Amino acid sequence: MDVFLQQLVNGLTLGSIYGLIAIGYTMVFGIIGMVNFAHGDVFMLSAMIALILYMALTMFLGLSSLPLIFILVLVGTMVITGLWNWTIERVAYRPLRGSFRLAPLISAIGMSIFLSNLVQIVQGPRNKAAPEFLSGLFHFGPAGADVTVSLKQILIMCVTLSLLGLFWFIVQKTALGRAQRACAQDQRMAALLGIDVDRTISLTFVIGAALAAVAGVLFMIYYGVVNFSDGFIPGVKAFTAAVLGGIGSLPGAVLGGLLIGLIETFWAAYFSSDYKDVAAFSILAITLIFMPSGLLGRPDVEKV
Amino acid sequence: MWKRCEAMTRTNLTHALQEALRTALITAGLCFPLLVLRLEQDSSNQLTLQQRWSWLVFAVIGLSVARFVGLVLQDWRARAPRAEKPIAPTRPQLARAVSIFGLIALFAFPLVVLAFLGPSGSLKWINNYGVQILIYVMLGWGLNIVVGLAGLLDLGYVAFYAVGAYAYALLSTHFGLSFWLCLPLSGLLAATWGVLLGFPVLRLRGDYLAIVTLAFGEIIRLILINWTDVTNGSAGISSIPRITFFGLPFTAADNGFAATFALEFSPIHRTIFLFYLIACLALLTNFITLRLVRLPVGRAWEALREDEIACRALGLNTTRVKLTAFALGAMFAGFAGAFFAVRQNFVNPDSFTFLESATILAIVVLGGMGSQLGVALAAVVMVGGTEILRELDFLKLIFGVNFDPAQYRMLIFGMAMVAIMIWKPRGLISTRTPSLFLKERKNIAASHVGEGRG
Repeated sequence: MDVFLQQLVNGLTLGSIYGLIAIGYTMVFGIIGMVNFAHGDVFMLSAMIALILYMALTMFLGLSSLPLIFILVLVGTMVITGLWNWTIERVAYRPLRGSFRLAPLISAIGMSIFLSNLVQIVQGPRNKAAPEFLSGLFHFGPAGADVTVSLKQILIMCVTLSLLGLFWFIVQKTALGRAQRACAQDQRMAALLGIDVDRTISLTFVIGAALAAVAGVLFMIYYGVVNFSDGFIPGVKAFTAAVLGGIGSLPGAVLGGLLIGLIETFWAAYFSSDYKDVAAFSILAITLIFMPSGLLGRPDVEKV
Repeated sequence: MWKRCEAMTRTNLTHALQEALRTALITAGLCFPLLVLRLEQDSSNQLTLQQRWSWLVFAVIGLSVARFVGLVLQDWRARAPRAEKPIAPTRPQLARAVSIFGLIALFAFPLVVLAFLGPSGSLKWINNYGVQILIYVMLGWGLNIVVGLAGLLDLGYVAFYAVGAYAYALLSTHFGLSFWLCLPLSGLLAATWGVLLGFPVLRLRGDYLAIVTLAFGEIIRLILINWTDVTNGSAGISSIPRITFFGLPFTAADNGFAATFALEFSPIHRTIFLFYLIACLALLTNFITLRLVRLPVGRAWEALREDEIACRALGLNTTRVKLTAFALGAMFAGFAGAFFAVRQNFVNPDSFTFLESATILAIVVLGGMGSQLGVALAAVVMVGGTEILRELDFLKLIFGVNFDPAQYRMLIFGMAMVAIMIWKPRGLISTRTPSLFLKERKNIAASHVGEGRG
């Protein structure tokens, strides 16, 4: 029981991070039907930026108030990562809109190679070990069990929940969210009704990057190590989450992220940690083969 | 010419300047934390920040000037009178001349290099450029069957390459089988894996197929890493038997190749033999593909790419057609894998990452899907181009001693992928010659070629 509850907490923490990244994949796929391969590297970039901002705030400005630092790092990383993804969309994807299907995919793979190598060159290939940001453990146990929850885990879940709430509000209640959903359903009709499709797509990339940046900040705090090659595996897993939840469906992405996080931690705890990535990839393959529309997605109808 | 210059009005210049300024601001925003502040571990292993403002200045100036020049050039070109280029009828003699010239150049390459640079100087050129590029040409041609002809997007092609390489590595080290026996076996095993993996996934379409193949590619790599009893994990399999000249080893011994043919022993003999071997394997791939395209199965692939529903309506068994393409592509990857293992005489899972799959796919797409010549051209440009960056030592004189151009290899590779896609989304050679025609063989414009959704 101890192990189970402990792994549940760990899995939900990891799953929150996957879920935040998965939203970026699913939104972009929903609106322009493209697998944004560079998204995992945008996430890695944001984790690196978060670490740099954190170091800059503590070293050069001498800030010591943790909540203030956290909020500044979070907002700063979201803004800069948003700008990065906006530029990437502008440079690498927008010229290819309406072109043939493989072109944006290759362009995205190129972007992904570019980003990870850029970070490798400008920041060096070694692991960057962040200083301990937040320490502190809680013990609690229903019915005699002993489960350890770190302050970091609580922070991650709280931040994820509140930002998902904010994101949900944006998509459901604001004009931007309506425009986004309209573009996802039918771009031409949306354009006829006066929606600036290009601008909406740009903003989609910015929002996706901002959520990936949140994931990046939390990843940096949770693991304390950032490396230029950290983008690929979390990226593919977040994509798996998006597919598992039903690509194009926003609640599906979060649900899929949590499930992948849970499956991975439970697999590592009860079976073998060597094969935990194999488990994630197998789920991806099995979902796609037997349930291509995912848990909450709409089936793709082919019209002749 | 002067008229065009005058016509470049003041508003256009102001616009270009504004855009350049905007680019400068955006670049500054993008680069500020990442380029200016470098994370460094100091002697006590504490993370510190180093400031480095010069990079930011270079990036901002460079990109804004590039944007300005780009806009001015664009404006200039927009004013030039332009006529739509008609699509030329194919010139079979020209195509024939090009391919014959290419073949002669290919087979003369190692001898010419050897004659000019001597045995020790030419080793690098034949090995790093010749053999390396030809491996990618062969992989590109193999994947071209799957992606270019049948229109199936495969992101896990490197898995079959890995199967071939490990098949030769394991069979030769454990059972002592020779390369010439292992080569067909590797291809066969890879094709079997192609069928096994292809069977469940080939009813998926488009991006879903791409992702599942990616997942399978990664699963195979992870199994190679973790199944240490058989594959020796990340350490890989070393001391794989080297290539022999049909039984004669390339050694200085009395029964070696050099002694038998009364030549002075040199390691270059093996490299040249490997070069001709991979050249023949690649040409075999090309030849079989070109012949198959004229067979019913090849026509079915292309029909499938153009319109799957129509194919089904005509009674084609689409699963079987897809499986043949998948298995055949996998088989050539298996051959290439066996060659890779015998060339390196060492394999480990690091050689079979997703990046390899992406590189091969990029070569196929950049070359123009379905065009054999385009794929070869793209392999030369992308692989040879990134290799040549290792040679640019003179740049050290300009940028300082610490500047290492090879470091920027993959960065430039990624940028080139994006740039070529934007410049020519259909690839370098985008027109097609039809395999069936009425009266006259005419090129088909790229916009009329289907890309397949499967």
